Amino acid sequence: MITLTHYLSLSALLFSIAMAGIFINRKNLIVLLMCVELLLLAVNFNFIAFSRYLDDLSGQVFVFFILTVAAAEAAIGLAILVVLFRTKTSINVQELDEMKG
Amino acid sequence: MRPSLQQIEQRTRSIGDMLILAYFYMLAFVLLVSAIGVVTARNPVYAALFLILAFVTSAILWLLLEAEFLAMVLVLVYVGAVMVLFLFVVMMLDINVEKDRKSFTRYAPFGGLIALIMFLEIAFVVGWRSLGLPDVAMPVPHDADYSNTKELGSVLYTEHVYAFELAAFILLLAIVAAIVLTMRRRPGLKKQVISEQVSARPEDRIRIVKMEAEKD
Repeated sequence: MITLTHYLSLSALLFSIAMAGIFINRKNLIVLLMCVELLLLAVNFNFIAFSRYLDDLSGQVFVFFILTVAAAEAAIGLAILVVLFRTKTSINVQELDEMKG
Repeated sequence: MRPSLQQIEQRTRSIGDMLILAYFYMLAFVLLVSAIGVVTARNPVYAALFLILAFVTSAILWLLLEAEFLAMVLVLVYVGAVMVLFLFVVMMLDINVEKDRKSFTRYAPFGGLIALIMFLEIAFVVGWRSLGLPDVAMPVPHDADYSNTKELGSVLYTEHVYAFELAAFILLLAIVAAIVLTMRRRPGLKKQVISEQVSARPEDRIRIVKMEAEKD
């Protein structure tokens, strides 16, 4: 029997791995964006598992919207990345310090 | 003594449950390994390919959860569109991947620590705290003629129609933003200027000269 806890643990592991990835990949903005996609995937797992086990379709509707927003985010993020590479010829996160934040 | 029909049925059902559980563990293993691959891959192309594997595996896991429509959307939109976009960008940009390895060993312990703490926190909520609560009942599988897409659509177009239109607007915004960001005017490039073409008048272009006919 696959219980809800199985799915929740899987998504927790996935979320943690992606979170570690955000810390590890400080040199490459593309892999950072991929890690954000993984984070969103882990969240979607939770939504779908709860939607199945509580028998409520709202969770799946929410995943639908998360997928939409994530696709938009990926497109805009990659566009920003391309412009960034054009102006700086680097996508190293540590070199992006013009704004002195 | 021969087992009764009921016993055989029960035994087949428990074997089926075990098979599904084994399938789940296999898929979960592939998913986690590919996620680790995304995080640790040297080459961003490999990271993108690992991410594709992760998406396909989770689509299959979503099929196990009977979310068929979203599983198909994940494969079509993510593997078909978003990951191809990622691969395009990765291959278009000329990134030097070899010199960047020092930061991995520098940040890996810290990242691992953060991930471990976060996992323990979530596990605390998921595992320990729910011990006292009644377990969520196992869902009954839907009938063969149940259509996930139809059910989802009937909710999406009625209750959530406002959010649905907002989602369409967000996609439009993404298209406009991506085009505006990446479009550039190169100085030497010849291109049409529509407004000049439309506002052109014949008087500006042609000069009519009157002259005597030439005789030989």
